[in-house]
Amino acid sequence: MDNRLLHKFRDPKLVQTKLRQIKKLITRPWTIMEICGGQTHAIKKFGLEQLLPSEIEFIHGPGCPVCVTSLELVDKAIQIASMPNVIFTSYGDMLRVPGSRGDLFSVKANGGDVRVVYSPLDSLKIAKENPQREVVFFAIGFETTAPANAMCVLQAKAMGIENFSLLVSHVCVPPAMRAILASPSNRVQGFLAAGHVCTVMGYWEYVPIAQEFRIPIVVTGFEPLDILDGVYRVVQQLETGKYEVENAYSRLVTYEGNRAAQEVIRNVFEVCDRKWRGIGIIPKSGWKLRDEYSKFDAEKRFDTQAIETQESPICIAGLVLQGLKKPYECSAFGTLCTPQNPLGATMVSSEGACAAYYLYARNLETPERKHV
Amino acid sequence: MSEEQQAFDFLGAYCPIPLSHSEQIIIGHGSGGRLTHELIQRIFKTHFANPLLEQGDDGVVLPVMNPDHFEIVVSTDSHVVSPIFFPGGDIGKLAVCGTVNDVAVMGAKPLYLTAAFILEEGLQVEVLEYIVSSMAKTAREAGVSIVAGDTKVVERGKGDGIFIITSGVGIRPKSLQVSGRNAQIGDRIILSGALGEHGVAVLQARGNLGFTSDIQSDVAPLNHLIASALEAGKGSQQNAIHTMRDVTRGGLATTLNEIAAQSNVGVLIEEAAIPVNETVNSVCEMLGFDPLYMANEGKCLFFVDPKRVDQVLEAIRAHEYGRQAAVIGEVVADPIQKVLLKTIMGSTRLVDMLSGEMLPRIC
Repeated sequence: MDNRLLHKFRDPKLVQTKLRQIKKLITRPWTIMEICGGQTHAIKKFGLEQLLPSEIEFIHGPGCPVCVTSLELVDKAIQIASMPNVIFTSYGDMLRVPGSRGDLFSVKANGGDVRVVYSPLDSLKIAKENPQREVVFFAIGFETTAPANAMCVLQAKAMGIENFSLLVSHVCVPPAMRAILASPSNRVQGFLAAGHVCTVMGYWEYVPIAQEFRIPIVVTGFEPLDILDGVYRVVQQLETGKYEVENAYSRLVTYEGNRAAQEVIRNVFEVCDRKWRGIGIIPKSGWKLRDEYSKFDAEKRFDTQAIETQESPICIAGLVLQGLKKPYECSAFGTLCTPQNPLGATMVSSEGACAAYYLYARNLETPERKHV
Repeated sequence: MSEEQQAFDFLGAYCPIPLSHSEQIIIGHGSGGRLTHELIQRIFKTHFANPLLEQGDDGVVLPVMNPDHFEIVVSTDSHVVSPIFFPGGDIGKLAVCGTVNDVAVMGAKPLYLTAAFILEEGLQVEVLEYIVSSMAKTAREAGVSIVAGDTKVVERGKGDGIFIITSGVGIRPKSLQVSGRNAQIGDRIILSGALGEHGVAVLQARGNLGFTSDIQSDVAPLNHLIASALEAGKGSQQNAIHTMRDVTRGGLATTLNEIAAQSNVGVLIEEAAIPVNETVNSVCEMLGFDPLYMANEGKCLFFVDPKRVDQVLEAIRAHEYGRQAAVIGEVVADPIQKVLLKTIMGSTRLVDMLSGEMLPRIC
């Protein structure tokens, strides 16, 4: 393995050059939303806000799959995972997400068979090896994780694996961007679009959004130099009154995206309305399994009781996810709510805005900086 | 054997001799009876051979060493690694190094270890013998004797092959003031080598990451390296080394936070100065892990008087386990009880303790 490429995108000299370019360009305050939690994490981890001119304010977007998975689905996951013949498989982060009562870790501690996997294909393998058991995979995530999940369903069908199903919670970025922009309280003036999502989907979907809402959108990567270049291009458009879609992550992203992956997604999933945790139902913002694959749908396969969901009354994760509040503006931040004892999902995943603030900037600068 | 032969001839009219079970651990090996004794004789005493172990009583009698000048340091540690073999080591080597290092970072010379084994029914005796010989080899390298032990067997499914609990006894000069409470503002912080090798080696050995690399666990006894460092730090009054701690689970980030809290000081480290090897870096990048949180089993932190840091660093680097040692930061007054990292970009951020398990990224 070779890290030289990576080092280049963290080169302090190049970073300084880019920072100077941004400083030279900027004449007034701008508010930019980075869509993806991975970008939020990088901004905090590399301390980019400290280096950028104070005119730039980041609002942290909803792009954290763990954070936006609805409480109802987490509760369903907990119910299914507690069933006697079930092996419930999930990405590790989901195990810590609080449901209305307990989390998947507590199901495991109480004797449930809950296993962390690194890929849905591992889950399929478990299903093949345990034909007497029901194996469920918690299929969360944005467009990035969808191709692998879809591929899994196709493979299960091809191999005749009957004891495998997905608990689907797929969400899509463009409808969420529209929802944010259409909100009367919106403050976002420019977007850093999520590089990994665009690797799969391309960026054709964003062109109508940029035009309709007259807002610059720059497809951006995750390394410090990627993010600074994204900021530079957004500021350049804002300062010159443009609103276009630009690609600052061209080493991985093309306009069309990965056609084969999109095809696999389309074959297996169809668009549906989806409830986002902390935000509510966004029309046509998710994917569900198509009817011909309904036997792989865990929601149909298992009889789950509707339980009354209950969010923490203190948690303001929804406002954080919409960019209306900063994590440190929550009364529970860092006291009642910590990564060890999260009240909301944004404190769980490393991609969650609250966790990123807690890990990298807690008590250092609260409020972070005075904005002009 | 002749009886067995006879039994074959007169089937049905004999009292069968129980199987010797010399190849696989069964519940009886933990009964305290003949099987236990045979196992101790054949495996443990053979490999750990030393006069103190030969005493064979319920406890071992140790000589007292000059109580006017030395005090006794005791430490204990349980070892439950899965899998029990990994690139660069095994649970036996780990069980010796873990405790030897804990005693050594207290500033003591480790002398004796005890070892308790919890074996799972069904464990191959051959595997046990390999682990025990690995312990013996590592103990020889560290210059410690294993002087007492215990064996229990749990039913199949109630253990993970083998658990080893070791306790260590060492002595240190009464004049030496080394403690996690003793880090002082201005102290330079030396890290004895590159981070994360044990963590990556074990992850890889678990086999569910879908990649292989040449990475080996760094598991090693550090007592000789620490002794050289202390020797280099000797002064007319206090030793230049104020605090030492081995960097194990939870990684560098957790260890530094522990010391910042214990000594009631702040810690500032430089990202660019922290040694991390390329492979570890790549694996961490791929999985979304941070080398600052990866486990180590052969790395130590030294908090050293700035005036004498060069001598101490030189002594550490002269040792085979300290070739990549580097000064990674210093102790500061503010912010108290926190660890800050100066990034290669020039920004500063908080470094928190590891909370819960490290989990790989989703996308």
